Amino acid sequence: MSPQHAAPRRTVPALEEPRALPEPEVAERTLATGLRVVAVRRGTVPLVELRLRIPFAGEAAGEDVPVSAVLANTLLSGTDSHSNVELAAELQKIGGGLSVGADPDRLVVSGNTLSDGLGRLLELLNEVLTSATYPEREVGTERERLADRIQIAFSQPAQLVRRALLRRIYGSHPYAVETPEPSEVRAVESPAVRALHAERVLPAGSVLVLVGNVDPAATLDLVENALGGWAPTGSAHRTPAVPPLTAGPLLLVDRPGSVQSSLRVALPALPRAHPDYAAFQLANLVFGGYFSSRLVENIREDKGYTYSPHSSVDHSAAGSVTLVSADVATEVTAPALLEIEYELGRIATLPPTAEELEQARQYAIGTLALSVSSQAGLAGMLTALAGTGLDLGWLAEHPIRLAKVTLEEVAAAAAGHLAPSGGVTVVLGDADVVAGPLGALGPVERS
Amino acid sequence: MSAPTSAGAPVTIPATGFPVERFTLPNGLRVVLTPDRSAPVIAVGVVYDVGIRSEPQGRTGFAHLFEHLMFQGSENLEKLAHFRYVQASGGVFNGSTHLDYTDYYETLPSNALERALFLEADRMRRPELTSENLANQIAVVKEEIRVNVKNRPYGGFPWLLLPPVMFDTFANAHDGYGSFADLESATVEDAQSFFSTYYAPGNAVLAVGGDLDVAGATALIERHFGDVAARPVPVRPSFAEPDLTSERRAVHHDAMAPLPAVAMAWRVPDPVENLTAYLPYVVLAEVLTDGDASRLQERLVLNDAIATSVSGYLGFMGDPFDVRDPTALLLQAHFPPTVQSDTVITAIDQEIERLAGSGLAPGELSRVQARLAAHFLREADAVLGRTLTIAVLEQQRGRAELINDLPHLLAEVTAEQVVAAAQTLRPARRAVLELVPGSAQ
Repeated sequence: MSPQHAAPRRTVPALEEPRALPEPEVAERTLATGLRVVAVRRGTVPLVELRLRIPFAGEAAGEDVPVSAVLANTLLSGTDSHSNVELAAELQKIGGGLSVGADPDRLVVSGNTLSDGLGRLLELLNEVLTSATYPEREVGTERERLADRIQIAFSQPAQLVRRALLRRIYGSHPYAVETPEPSEVRAVESPAVRALHAERVLPAGSVLVLVGNVDPAATLDLVENALGGWAPTGSAHRTPAVPPLTAGPLLLVDRPGSVQSSLRVALPALPRAHPDYAAFQLANLVFGGYFSSRLVENIREDKGYTYSPHSSVDHSAAGSVTLVSADVATEVTAPALLEIEYELGRIATLPPTAEELEQARQYAIGTLALSVSSQAGLAGMLTALAGTGLDLGWLAEHPIRLAKVTLEEVAAAAAGHLAPSGGVTVVLGDADVVAGPLGALGPVERS
Repeated sequence: MSAPTSAGAPVTIPATGFPVERFTLPNGLRVVLTPDRSAPVIAVGVVYDVGIRSEPQGRTGFAHLFEHLMFQGSENLEKLAHFRYVQASGGVFNGSTHLDYTDYYETLPSNALERALFLEADRMRRPELTSENLANQIAVVKEEIRVNVKNRPYGGFPWLLLPPVMFDTFANAHDGYGSFADLESATVEDAQSFFSTYYAPGNAVLAVGGDLDVAGATALIERHFGDVAARPVPVRPSFAEPDLTSERRAVHHDAMAPLPAVAMAWRVPDPVENLTAYLPYVVLAEVLTDGDASRLQERLVLNDAIATSVSGYLGFMGDPFDVRDPTALLLQAHFPPTVQSDTVITAIDQEIERLAGSGLAPGELSRVQARLAAHFLREADAVLGRTLTIAVLEQQRGRAELINDLPHLLAEVTAEQVVAAAQTLRPARRAVLELVPGSAQ
């Protein structure tokens, strides 16, 4: 070790002038069928990332969730021309792959390919969109697998607490149920899947994003040729508005013998398109949205209660919500919740310091640039923005909005949305052990 | 199989040309740079040549605990300052502990390059190792282990649970997350000694990728790292163990798991000293398990419906090109409770025998190689992935340029080599771990 007295204090270097984000080369077109196509050149590696977002919300909580889930797992199970195995082999030939995911908001087909294979990837995508057959045998196999995977998921504390929280927040709204019960999935038959495909797998209201080493304008023509014949009927699916959060007693879900408690607090949030969103985003960052936040510095770095506490904002088509999470040792369940409520109360009633605001502002601006510096990152961001009607223009202007936010605006956004009195709290843990201490903080309702 | 007319021949495997510049400072620190000015972001990574396998007996989990301590303040930075400086620069940070190395990294807007270099040099010079920080981070690490292992079904399956079945020596077999007893008995002196031994500049590689000018970055690196005092570099011991000569089986009861699972592993050639012999196993794992057209997916999941998922990969942490010998090819499957584990194991054996005996189907190898290339390129697209990859390739092999060569080297693997690799996956050479749901009776 070097002797400590010999080390002169060194100064942390200042930042240099930032380099501007290069203007991306982009082309956009809405096809006659209603499909919006966005193609962006980003050529670090000879690949193309593909995302197709299709609006998919049902009318009521849980209604279509089992069929949607089976549809997502069997869209690639066979077409008029190829079996599931043949389709997978055709994709591999171009170094490609496709996967499908569904939630109560949307169906997303994600994929990528070596860039020479883009034309073929689009042909295969068109094939599944227009001629997926949902063969009975494959549907039977996949629904059993899916049911087993859901059973595994529901043995994970993170999934269990999310299931309880969504029900508590959304009531009868379709967002209340994200994952179907295994028994519901096992009852899904091919005809129901085909019917849902015919009703909802439509170009109207859908967005296709392609990012890679492509010529954006030529890519639009390639897409128009490949997908121009996809279902030129139907209109975009709409999601009903979400109900406002209603505060109430803490909901305690029992997991006997659990060595940790999963704490979740839901709070209101602003959508990205709202004029006050930038101020709200910064308020959430200062509170618990990144490592150098009050919440992490308090309950992790000072008290050691938890490994990864955080506060994030979920944006869905019909509304946004703030979710505060911490998994803590059972014996510190109530003290950890007390600290979360304390930090929420502090951000909602006292303005942050100028230093806290600057740090959060630079973090928000910088990480936005980082998040879109890879093909997959940019494709994912554009797809997420498209879900609420936003595009590259929002991405270009958001740093400017962040740069202008004042302390007063952050304080107002925090007071309006992060007050602990407006929160909905759900705790999953060993109820017999934690109910008493949690009761000291407020009313507790056991599920 | 009737291919539509528009389906052409397999695509050619493209080449990347990521530049690599390297130099070594007088204190022994090796540096690799990979400039890419297409986006105003940079990644800075420091990789130390010490990992889980180098932990002393009685100090399981120490390499990872020490990784946490490297974030708790340093010569000129108070606790929390590292996080705040990175994030106030618009950047993100992390560190991770592996079998053979520990990495620390930041991704930031490129105007923060000098700041990031300062932060890494400051903790390379002297981390703030205090009893208060140690106690706090022991508590944090215990919560990390609870959330990732103890409070979760399939926690540590198979990466913590299979090595003790396959290996006999402490280095290879022990739990890298550590026992709570070992973690709680760690002292500041242990930390000082670990730092002094393993965190010498000559035992590290610094990699910087992204929006940088080579001459400018070189000058900044010399300015900030040049006066980190040189220390002796430890000689890495051999962790070699003999191959298995008879099958080993173990059973793990997981009270939280709803479905049974099985994992198995076979030793593979030395990834560093014998890359040519190793690469066919990387291809083989993909032939067996990547996608619906792979051998085991088609047989176990789609046709026989005796497994809900199958996966296969190289290295206990899924790290084909950042691990040294000894390492393994792993296969794992989750299956319904109505299926016996031996049914799953037998089906896997039959598929391996079929491959070993009858070889690959026409076109099977080239499509798997095309997909492998795409997977590899995708990892290299993000500046952080690229930067950490060249750092580890340089540290373990002195060959950062392999980042450009690996897709082609994988594409040159022949069908005969894949078949020969499959012929080595015999039951007598493997370790098997069965995971049984519910508590032990």
